[in-house]
Parts: sequence; structure tokens; C-alpha cells
Amino acid sequence: MNIVVCVKHVPDAQGDRTFRESDNTTDRANVDGLLSELDEYAVETALQLVEADGGEVTVVTMGPDQASDAIKKALQMGADKGVHICDDALHGSDAVATSLVLAKAIEKLGPVDLVVTGMASTDGTMGVVPAMLAERLGLPQVTFASEISVADGAVTIRRDGDAGSQTIRSGLPALVSVTDQINEPRYPSFKGIMAAKKKPVESWTLADVGVGPDEVGLGAAWTTVSSFAARPPRGAGTIVSDDGTGADQLVAFLSERKFV
Amino acid sequence: MLTNTSWANPLDLVDITSVLTPEERQVRDSVRAVCAKSIDPYVAGWFESGELPVARELTRELGAVGLLGMHLEGYGCAGMSAVDYGLACLELEASDSGIRSLVSVQGSLAMFAIWAYGSEEQKQEWLPRMAAGEAIGCFGLTEPDFGSDPGGMRTTARRDGDDWVLNGTKMWITNGSIADVAVVWAQTGEAGGGIRGFVVPTDSHGFSAPLIHHKLSLRASITSELVLEEVRLPGSAILPGVRGLKGPLGCLSEARYGIVWGAMGAARSAFQTALEYAGQRIQFDRPISGFQLTQQKLAWMNQELTNGTLLALHLGRLKDTKGLRPDQVSVGKLNNVSKAIEICRVARTVLGANGISLEFPVIRHANNLESVLTYEGTVEMHTLIVGQALTGQAAFR
Repeated sequence: MNIVVCVKHVPDAQGDRTFRESDNTTDRANVDGLLSELDEYAVETALQLVEADGGEVTVVTMGPDQASDAIKKALQMGADKGVHICDDALHGSDAVATSLVLAKAIEKLGPVDLVVTGMASTDGTMGVVPAMLAERLGLPQVTFASEISVADGAVTIRRDGDAGSQTIRSGLPALVSVTDQINEPRYPSFKGIMAAKKKPVESWTLADVGVGPDEVGLGAAWTTVSSFAARPPRGAGTIVSDDGTGADQLVAFLSERKFV
Repeated sequence: MLTNTSWANPLDLVDITSVLTPEERQVRDSVRAVCAKSIDPYVAGWFESGELPVARELTRELGAVGLLGMHLEGYGCAGMSAVDYGLACLELEASDSGIRSLVSVQGSLAMFAIWAYGSEEQKQEWLPRMAAGEAIGCFGLTEPDFGSDPGGMRTTARRDGDDWVLNGTKMWITNGSIADVAVVWAQTGEAGGGIRGFVVPTDSHGFSAPLIHHKLSLRASITSELVLEEVRLPGSAILPGVRGLKGPLGCLSEARYGIVWGAMGAARSAFQTALEYAGQRIQFDRPISGFQLTQQKLAWMNQELTNGTLLALHLGRLKDTKGLRPDQVSVGKLNNVSKAIEICRVARTVLGANGISLEFPVIRHANNLESVLTYEGTVEMHTLIVGQALTGQAAFR
């Protein structure tokens, strides 16, 4: 089975994440980046499928130079090869442009059985790229999988909702996005770390995937961040002293905010 | 660039991480991940009960990551650098010195001895299984009456036809009671270096490894006595590659190097705990982290932690390029273990009464480091090794 996993390099949530003063885009320079945690589930999904049935896992990312670290992590986990689409014109691209570039790159890679993505990135958290990508590739989309199996040329997933779970089946090729419930991503073993040094990573420009600079970047974005401000410091909480009505006060607090 | 607006990481204020390669960072992160999952939630309980009930499972799990004999080449070992090995020791010991000891003894003592001095058959038989964590090793050098002066050992190996017959007692042997194989050093009386190493399967007739009880340090680690009573071994059990004390001492240099890093892991854990605690502990209506005396403690701990980690990294880079002399390793062990135990003691005062509770890792690290301070060469011996390197005079002979 030929699987492509789309991953994103994001600023580490452990650091102080912010935006650039100059153009209100995500500051990727002053905070260390890493493979988006939600994408680790996608990589693990692909690795488990290939370990069971054979095949190859290709990791694709789009982003600045340091985004290759996200590919490296996936290769250390066990993926076979990587493609990094890197071009100055990509700076400030929105989800629409991202899905365009990823779709063109996947088409260039050739026939694919399954495209696997995370459910969202941990920085933008829009969660729309998987659907846009499926649309552009003309693939059926089975999203938010918390369980997956592939057999007889079809993929079956379970999608958990508030009220119940759906089991959804699609023929291959297809696009699947996975949640953080689907597995427990492995951490790279030392052998994986050493092996990844020898695995091939191709670097492609926009021209390589046949996308024009005017179709991507901040200028082509459908949405822009107009301003940003730091989250206000957390205010003091309300301390409920239990004079016999403590439980009532808690219930009132929760129902007022529609938690119950 | 003169200005740097990046986030100040209180656990790495001078950004030592920036001089690590991406692979080295991943080694660190992978070890931290396995520790966070399989050690940290349980280790205080193991320490409290004085047992390591999951030793075999844990050893296999550490083997699967590649931690066992990670700095050795071939035979199923990962072939990582000295810096990688050091970073791994640091993360392991940030969880517990006892767990780091398990890995040190397996990789740097038992496996290293076989890897460096063993026959091809010995390497093939033991190293792949030991790297995978399927077989556990221990290392018998210290005896009840011979610690710093191992040359006086009383354990003997007697030639009997083609066989060797071993008699004697080894003491303070990490992993002893759970080991499948023991590398035992014994006096043969041969001319030109009578001390020789033997690969002893622990199911050999006459071999036993009773557990040592009543320890108040390294309680999450198995420590044993090795008793050898007329243990008969084939001629092929001897380590052919080395004669004399330089054999075991070569292994000790490897393990001591890991301790240089490991001690800073225990210290980091204590410092991190103190820093978090100080930020949350309110006295006189404000966090104690805002008081000058507490800040002095925090700043001092950070400074020594930074210095020690940089020393470890420097020695690691040197080991990966030029190689290390024993006295250089002594400088590192001497400084870092002493400073680590001081850091734990200062951290313990920041936590007040909570500093003595197993609810926090600080007293556990402090107690563990009491062992680390004297094993693999006491403070006194490392001081004298440094003294000898400085003056050319051996004060201990």
C-alpha cells in the first residue's frame, strides 16, 4: 500500500507562541518548532497499516527551511521518505493555498492508495485542510477517524460523535484524517534515529509542483489576521465556601454557563 | 545578533540545547518519553517499597528504544555517540539514579567488557540478547574488603584441566539477583597481570546472588552479593582480550562518564521541582519564589546545573573526537556528583517539610546520590586521580 502522510511543523506549545509584528503571521523564528502533535497520530496510523500489509509511507510537508525537522521526526519514527515543499512565496499561505500545494505535490508523487492527515494543526487549529485536500484530489474523505482498518481495497473508520459512533467505509484511494484517540504514537528508537539519516528527503519549489507564486502566500490568502493581543491574565476565581448551599452554588455556576 | 527576544527556558537558560544536533535532541526526547511513560509514574513507589518488580519488562522496554549498550557498535547495539549516551543517562537519572544504574551496568560494564575484551563467540552469544533487554548482565569487581583497592581482590580462578574454577565473594553488585550473566573479575595468579575477567552464566552450579537489604539509597535498584563456590567454567569463559586491572578499570571509565551526565539529570529534576514549588508556595501572602533568599538558592542551583551540564557536554564532545583520559572523567564525576547532591539538598530546603516527602522527587534523588557519590570511584579516589594528573605523584600507592 502506498500511503502519503501530510504533516506540519508548528511552534512548540511549551514556548511563548506569538505572531510577527510586521505582518501578523505566526512567529516561527523565536520559538522552537516540532512535528505537530496531532500529526504524530497520522504518521503512527500509516506506519501500523504498512507494518501489517506492507507498502511505503511518504511524508509531505510545506513550510520554511526548519519544517524539514517535521519530516525528519516522521522518518525517525519509521516513514520511508519525505518531500518538503519550500518556497519563499509560501509565507503567509492560508488553508486554501496549503491544500492546493499539498494536492499538487501528492499528484506529482504518483498513484497513492491512502492519504492520511491529522485532524487539525496544533497552531492554526482550523481543521479544514483534510477536506479541501480531498476535494482537490477528487478522493472520498473519511475524517476524524478514531479507529481504522484496511481490507479488500476499502478503508473502514469509526468516527465518534457526542451522541454515538459512526462506522464509515470507503473504497481506495481515499483520504483519512485521524484524531488523537486512534493510537499512541511511538517515539523514535535509536535505530530509527540512525536509519533516518540515510532516508531520502526531496526539496521541491512551487515551480516543481506547478503552482504559481500568485496563487499562494499572504497576498492570495482568503483570510488574514487583522490584529492580535496576548490573552489577558487569568482573573481570580470564585471561592465557594460551603455553608450548606455549596453544591447548589456549583450547579448554578455550571448551568449558568451551560456546562450542564 | 545582539538582541534575542526568544523565550527564556528556566531549565536551559543559556540554551545549551542550541548546540545539540537535531538527532541528539531526538535521543533526549525519546528517552524522556519512555521515562515519562514507564518510570516516572511508578518510581517513587518502587523506591518506597525497596523493590523493582518490573525489572525484566522495564529492561526489555529500554532495550526496544535502543538504550542498552547504545554507544557500542554491532551485535544489535545502536552505535550512538558518547554525547547521545550522556544525554540518555541524564534523562534516565532525572527519573531515578537506580534506573540509570541498571542501564549503566548493563551497557557500560557488562556489555562493554564483553564487547571490548570478549571472544567472538562470547559477543555473539550475549550482546544481541543484552542489547534487546532479553538478557540482563551484572559486573563483579568490588568485594567486601576491597573497594577502592580492587587489586587486592580475594576471588580466585584456578585452572583445572581445560576448566576454570572460581571461588570468592563480590559485593554491591547492581542487577546481581536478576542477572542472566555476570562478568566476574578474579585473581588467577598468572604472571603478567593475574586478574582476568570471566563470563559466568548465573545458572552455573555454585553461583548465587543474594539480595542486599536495608539500603536507604538506590532503593529502586537491585543490589546483590555474588557468591561463587567452586563455580566450574569451561576454558572458553575467560575474556581473552585483557589481562590485569586495566580490564575492569577500562569498563569503569565508561560507566563513570555516564555518571558525569546522569548526576545532572537528578540535579535538574530537583531544581525543576524546587522552582515550581517556590512559584506556588505562598508564605507571607506571596510566592516564596519572590523572596531574595529563595532566588539566591534558585540562581545558585541553576548556575551549578548549567556548569555541570556544560562540563559533561564538553567531555562528551572530547570523547567523540579525541577520546578521554581517566583523569578527565574524574574531573567530571568529582564535580558533577558533588554539585548534584548539593543542589538536591538546597532544593530540599526550598520545599521545607515537603522536601523530605516521597511525594516529591527531591529527597529520593538526594538519597540516591549518596550512593553515586562513592560508587564508581569515591570522591577521595577521584580527587587523588586528579591530584596525580596534576603533580605526577600517586598519593594512594
